[in-house]
Amino acid sequence: MDLALAPETLARWQFGITTVYHFLFVPLTISLAALTAGLQTAWVRTENEKYLRATKFWGKLFLINIAMGVVTGIVQEFQFGMNWSDYSRFVGDIFGAPLAFEALIAFFFESTFIGLWIFGWDKLPKKIHLACIWMVSIGTILSAYFILAANSWMQHPVGYRYNKANGRAELTDFWHVLTQNTALTQAFHTLTASFLTGGAFMVGIAAFHLARKKHIPVMKTSLRLGLITVIVGGLLTAVSGDQLGKVMFKQQPMKMAAAEALWDGQNSAPFSVFAYGDVSKGHNSVELSIPGILSFLADDNFHSYVPGINDTNKAEQEKYGPGDYRPIIPVTFWAFRWMIGFGMASFALGILGLWLTRKKFMLPQHLRVDEDEVPNLVLFKNKALSPKFTKLYWLAALWTLGFPLIANSWGWIFTEMGRQPWVVYGVLQTRDAVSPSVSQGEVLTSMIVFTLLYAVLAVIEVKLLVKYIKAGPPELTDDDLNPPTKIGGDRDADKPMAFSY
Amino acid sequence: MELHDVWFVLIAVLWIGYFFLEGFDFGVGILTKLLARDRTEKRVLINTIGPVWDGNEVWLLTAGGATFAAFPEWYATLFSGFYLPLLIILVCLIVRGVAFEYRAKRPEEKWQTNWEHAIFWTSLIPALLWGVAFGNIVRGVKIDKNFEYVGNFWDLLNPYAILGGLVTLTLFTFHGAVFTALKTVGDIRMRARKLALTVGLLTAVLALAFLIWTQVHTGDGWSLGAMIVAVVTLVGALGAIKMGREGWSFALSGVTIAAAVAMLFLALFPDVMPSSLNPDWSLTASNASSSPYTLKIMTWCAGIATPLVLLYQSWTYWVFRKRIGTHHIADAAH
Repeated sequence: MDLALAPETLARWQFGITTVYHFLFVPLTISLAALTAGLQTAWVRTENEKYLRATKFWGKLFLINIAMGVVTGIVQEFQFGMNWSDYSRFVGDIFGAPLAFEALIAFFFESTFIGLWIFGWDKLPKKIHLACIWMVSIGTILSAYFILAANSWMQHPVGYRYNKANGRAELTDFWHVLTQNTALTQAFHTLTASFLTGGAFMVGIAAFHLARKKHIPVMKTSLRLGLITVIVGGLLTAVSGDQLGKVMFKQQPMKMAAAEALWDGQNSAPFSVFAYGDVSKGHNSVELSIPGILSFLADDNFHSYVPGINDTNKAEQEKYGPGDYRPIIPVTFWAFRWMIGFGMASFALGILGLWLTRKKFMLPQHLRVDEDEVPNLVLFKNKALSPKFTKLYWLAALWTLGFPLIANSWGWIFTEMGRQPWVVYGVLQTRDAVSPSVSQGEVLTSMIVFTLLYAVLAVIEVKLLVKYIKAGPPELTDDDLNPPTKIGGDRDADKPMAFSY
Repeated sequence: MELHDVWFVLIAVLWIGYFFLEGFDFGVGILTKLLARDRTEKRVLINTIGPVWDGNEVWLLTAGGATFAAFPEWYATLFSGFYLPLLIILVCLIVRGVAFEYRAKRPEEKWQTNWEHAIFWTSLIPALLWGVAFGNIVRGVKIDKNFEYVGNFWDLLNPYAILGGLVTLTLFTFHGAVFTALKTVGDIRMRARKLALTVGLLTAVLALAFLIWTQVHTGDGWSLGAMIVAVVTLVGALGAIKMGREGWSFALSGVTIAAAVAMLFLALFPDVMPSSLNPDWSLTASNASSSPYTLKIMTWCAGIATPLVLLYQSWTYWVFRKRIGTHHIADAAH
């Protein structure tokens, strides 16, 4: 059978496409839920109307996103059984449990309270309505955690034994699966990156409005909130990424050697900024690298020995039998760089932004502006940025809005591709995981269907987002400002619903 | 009773929860074409399920996840075996979720009517296909000694399974009509009652044929009991809606769904997916299940989480307990 259309290849492509697509929505959903909840909390505490307008604006964008996140998540749960039935048989005992926990504990929570939040503006007292969005936020985070624990088990299987009698892996310590350092660092890294993503999204959109001098009080608040989120999220993403890297060096040496295209192990291993590798010859033809950094990343020591691709491949052959245990090196190499590059670019821009828009009291009198004016961007003391550079900054913020999304996608591609040829590292190879009963035609059909459907939905989603972004925050009505004081207690039972589909 | 038998019951409970809840929201989706006379009425219908359909759908995700964890072999055989029907269901659920959320997000009539068509079809098709799927599970399909499905797509379209599909389709539509009568005011409520009666009679005929067929084919004393409950409550639900007792009728149509699904599971037990090729190759609650340790953890989780879920989901229904009518729809122009 033609390898390019072999069911395994197609199933892998399908998993890649559906997962990367699903993961465009997940980080935005996680962070926007929390940021919307934060803004609504500010409204409830201060009664300042700009916070309520901000809540409604970001809440709407959040809802457009979560709709896609939810529906694409359904596919994720079922495709293990559809395309990877031998995987499911082999690891269901272990892998299924966190998925079931996710549904029982997180999904129900999230989806029930989101209904209450969307339709509850005129049915619930202020504080209870606020609690609903926090519940949604908690649900999204729990959901991410359970999924990442399940994925971490594939990266670093723990708490199980192989049962020879029925040929499958069986759980022996669920707590260990949930709390192993791979799961904790990966969850930490993914969640912090989510906030970097949401922050950059917020900054970009706020910059768009501020550049046009529209909705200024709401967007000024959003800009600052977004910038702080980018910086805190970005910093923690870097810290957690470093942690995760160290964990991976120990647990998946091949993945990290491939990330660096480090062919042969060495002391004081360099971090390669750029390389042009020739996989068949096993060396890089062109390379630009900084000595010692990789050793430091792996082991906190500039002089440590880091094993290379060739040694690791040899070691794995001795351990697991003959075969090629190398992932596709260029993909892992570049995915790793693009993840870091796009993520950190966004972070750097965030730092710049926070400095440029620093608070009133740090600025001289003549550069301060009123609440409803666009802030002066100030690089050096006493001098505002020229209109040209100001415009450039707003544009840069808008254009880098999606950088973390790109970083996230490459991050997942790196994580999953770097583990190949294993689906469960050291335990089960990907080629042994596919569904034997599913035909090439079936996988091809579903891949085409999902890809087309996702493409159409992407266009619809982006158009809707643009429409609502352009429209800006809504004007408030009396009903918005005076929510009911008791549950289900709208004042006039015959008046139109505050929100209806 | 061993743990894998407990989990057999719990999986049945999850499917009952799913069909009870999403059953009526599928039904309401179908009624957008059968019952609503204009766009505003369509919106009334959609908004009766607006705050709850998402939570209802999670019952399916939980049933799927729980099957993966508690019966990996069943999960693997079922989803790889019923590949194309499942693909169609997934596509429907994707489009349906987006349709509810996006329909009102643009004012253009074309945009909205397109999503309305989507809501109708993506409610109707899964309502039909779930019955077909369960019909096949109960009847048994071609499973070889490695628990692999060796039949094809057309094997799944046999008369028994198709009848099963028609039963879920009509039963969910009936359940949805009763729900609509319970949740709306005005003219639409009266028409929902009438329609419920017509659809209900059709449901009764189809359901009776399907349930008797099931009973003769694989039934035992327990399944007979469940069947009697299903039939009696269905008649009761019809009587209640005729008398205008919408609450009673909805409760009874819910019990009908629960009893009918329970009957299928009772007829199935101890198998979870019988092989039509050789009874020795059938997947059973014991040979398809996870290890006792996994089942124990899952039991703890379900024991604690399920009551909480029921509690806050019930609360949602209570918060949104008021009936709605055309005058509750803000902009009647759309």
